[in-house]
Amino acid sequence: MSKNFRAKVINNFALNPRTFLLEIEPIEETIAPKPGQFYMIQPDSSYDPLLKRPFSYIRKSNGKIQFLCAIKGKGTRLMMNFHSNKIISMLGPFGNGYPIFKSNHISLLIAGGTGIASILSLSNEVQNKYLIYGARTRDELLLLDKIEELGDRFIVCTNDCSYGKKGMVDELLKDFINSHKDNINSIIIYACGPLPMLKAISKISAENNIKGFASLEENMACGFGACLGCAVKTKQGYQRVCKEGPVFPFKEIIW
Amino acid sequence: MNLTVEIGRLKLKNPVMSASGTFGYAEEFSDFVDLNKLGAIVVKGISIKPMEGNPPPRICETACGMLNSIGLQNVGLKKFLKEKLPYLNKLKTIIIVNILGNSISDYVKLSKTLEDSGIEAVELNVSCPNVKKGGISFGINDKMLAKLISKVRQSAQKITLITKLSPNVSNIPLFAKVAEDSGSDAISLINTIPALAIDIETWKPKLANITGGLSGPAIKPIALRMVWEAAETVKIPVIGIGGIMNAGDAIEFLLAGATAIQVGTGNFVNPGATIDILEGIEDYLKRKSINDIKGIIGGMNGKCTNNNSDN
Repeated sequence: MSKNFRAKVINNFALNPRTFLLEIEPIEETIAPKPGQFYMIQPDSSYDPLLKRPFSYIRKSNGKIQFLCAIKGKGTRLMMNFHSNKIISMLGPFGNGYPIFKSNHISLLIAGGTGIASILSLSNEVQNKYLIYGARTRDELLLLDKIEELGDRFIVCTNDCSYGKKGMVDELLKDFINSHKDNINSIIIYACGPLPMLKAISKISAENNIKGFASLEENMACGFGACLGCAVKTKQGYQRVCKEGPVFPFKEIIW
Repeated sequence: MNLTVEIGRLKLKNPVMSASGTFGYAEEFSDFVDLNKLGAIVVKGISIKPMEGNPPPRICETACGMLNSIGLQNVGLKKFLKEKLPYLNKLKTIIIVNILGNSISDYVKLSKTLEDSGIEAVELNVSCPNVKKGGISFGINDKMLAKLISKVRQSAQKITLITKLSPNVSNIPLFAKVAEDSGSDAISLINTIPALAIDIETWKPKLANITGGLSGPAIKPIALRMVWEAAETVKIPVIGIGGIMNAGDAIEFLLAGATAIQVGTGNFVNPGATIDILEGIEDYLKRKSINDIKGIIGGMNGKCTNNNSDN
């Protein structure tokens, strides 16, 4: 069982011009991931780019692991062109993952853009759940086929009204809270997405005294706590997104 | 095969060490390497008081390298002794503590306290480019450096003293000689090279600290030249650092005159790098039918020929 392993590319295809779905299969024995954890993937074996990149996994089934990757620069452009059967170098799983509670409560999952990857890893593990998912346009709403099975417990919005409701997820969150006034104390929010979105959600949940957790993203060199590059300011001082995170309680983060 | 090397009073089972600031307090790597196999472990720089470090973003990637401006975030001496040292003491390898201060008395106190706690060696960090006070201000002023090392030497007489030199000087041999003459048992070089990266869309620096230290394969040829210059100048052992990713890189440093090497950024890319390098050195010596690592140290000979193996 190693956290430093090689994997074979099984599938790799574009979901839109800026995002692709990568499926890999480790060729060594690995450790099972927990929802909200992430892996480091090496784009190339040359030294340029040098570092591995962190990606939340979407799901692991039949030994295969799926990732949602947004094209950000040189590394992800190389990864977009990974062909089937290519052997790549990976590390993980790393990070704390989402806390899962045994108690009887409503899990409200909130995702923005590619944040849906991390949220989907959690959605299979929690019961009594709702999902709010937003993106700028219809084109940026990803993996809808995997989530529409939630039926009326799935609320979607786009900023430009090209699909679902018009607006931002924080507006949908306010509506959700208003329609669940009676059992507001049993809601737990899990959120992943752009920082402004997380900040807005954190504020609303604080105003309504709702417990919540955010999965954060930060540049990191190693992924396992050594480089101290991925520091985020919290009430306990700087903490590592890769080790103490990526999931932090809303109230711990200094936004 | 004999892989042992001597650094001051230390006898290392092999010349492969971790570089400070890239190996945490060793425990972070226990999932990836058999820590007991390493020649030595240099742990994250320690200051007397805990340091919070610089605001994020703290790192960014550049061609064949990375910039960091961590700012020596560390738990401080007290917490290090209480919470980190017990784990390190269980390991069957030499622990070298990198230390950093704002003043000579900070370095004196740190090295004396560590000596009294049973630590065998300290590495004086006089070359970090990411903090405003102390650190590099000693490393780029030969008179201050001489005074600092002498004072530490007077106070901590048993501990092996390694001075980590900055590449940010015009004359490496001068600083290497100052370290030797002031009582340092060894020198290690190079620390990162002060550098900058800018986002052309926002016109902002990519690091909150604006500048950071460049490390990785991009700096290796510079480091190798400086290690060679230092090794030509001093009799004390030189520890080579800078962009070592694999056994071939490590062997180049040994050939340039390094007695041992430290792996830094390479640990981030491949957390098993130190052990891969150690095994690679053994394979190399076997292939060359050399039965003692000392047989290659400083082995670069004479003039270049036209049939270099890389070409």
